[in-house]
Amino acid sequence: MLVLLCAQAAFAHPLKGEATGFLTGFRHPISGLDHVLAMVAVGLWGAQLGAPAIWLLPVAFPLVMAMGGMLGLMGVPIPGIEYGIAASAILLGLAVMFEVRPPLAIAALLVGFFAIFHGHAHGAELPPGQSAMLYSIGFVIATGCLHAVGIGIDSVHRWSWGQKFLRVAGAMVALGGAFFLYKAVA
Amino acid sequence: MKPERQSRLPLYAFVAFIFAMYAAPAEAHLNTTGMGPLYDGLMHFLLSPEDFIPVLALSLLSGLRGAAYGRRALFVVPVAWLAGGLAGLSAVAATPHPFIAAGWFLLLGALLAAGANLTLGLTTGIAGLLGLYHGYLNGTGMGNSTSSAVALLGIVFGIFVVVALASAFVVRLQAHWARIAVRVAGSWIAASGLLMLGWAVRSI
Repeated sequence: MLVLLCAQAAFAHPLKGEATGFLTGFRHPISGLDHVLAMVAVGLWGAQLGAPAIWLLPVAFPLVMAMGGMLGLMGVPIPGIEYGIAASAILLGLAVMFEVRPPLAIAALLVGFFAIFHGHAHGAELPPGQSAMLYSIGFVIATGCLHAVGIGIDSVHRWSWGQKFLRVAGAMVALGGAFFLYKAVA
Repeated sequence: MKPERQSRLPLYAFVAFIFAMYAAPAEAHLNTTGMGPLYDGLMHFLLSPEDFIPVLALSLLSGLRGAAYGRRALFVVPVAWLAGGLAGLSAVAATPHPFIAAGWFLLLGALLAAGANLTLGLTTGIAGLLGLYHGYLNGTGMGNSTSSAVALLGIVFGIFVVVALASAFVVRLQAHWARIAVRVAGSWIAASGLLMLGWAVRSI
């Protein structure tokens, strides 16, 4: 009875390995809190900056992250990956906290720079034997959804309490980044 | 005297041989719906992201450019797919090259993300190439039989419906944010293409 209750999904219809590839890819970006913090912060910051940053930053991040992922898959080494990921959460969190408003190009460059680290970490960790295409699609969709969550949370910005809430959220992201930086150094 | 009982093994072997001789083709490439080859082909297209996503990207791109582009894609992609598929039916089975599959994702996703101002001629050319290439690959994977040709028709019907729905949907979009959302989808397709390229390099 216990074994029957714990039965896994059959995945009978898709071709072998396809569902696993998509789901594994989708789970990958949301499985690490350091990645989640940074990606949500990108959405928050983009929404704070308004158009066109609200869509440009969430477009730039997955694209450059995929480039980093490609480098990771190809085995091209990038030093200080964990530091870069932690620094991304700290700086993006601070940017949200203080509502920093740099020129669009600077914001896009900053986000793109950090995306390389996140992508490389994911690319280097990818498990062998997955369906490459479905894994990639799941991976990118999950990243985009995390940005969308950030943009959605930022909709409270119109209220004064919402602005305070966002500042606190930015501070929490930065604190999380500091924790991960401490873990990387220690 | 009890008659000696004869072994039925030769009879069973004969029946098994007859069945083996008339075995239906395996059609391992297609997902069987149980509703016939036409629906098998239709479902194959809808369940094959390597075929479906480039077609979707092209449809969205055509829709962004306007109704004339959408109409052109609506007829060029299915016709080219059918032509490529018919050519592929009698050809030796070919497997899609991972670099080319990634290239389609990257090219069409990037064009869509950029909201590229392609000319009608160039859009037609890309649509034709996409249809011929993927149709040929579909055709080679099906084998040369009547049911394969019917399945190919199912694929073409599926493409026609997807292009019609997706491009018409985008043509109707007026809100700026909605058109931006379509371009964001393009960036996701391009990003998937980049990762697929990495996978392809890794597998060498």
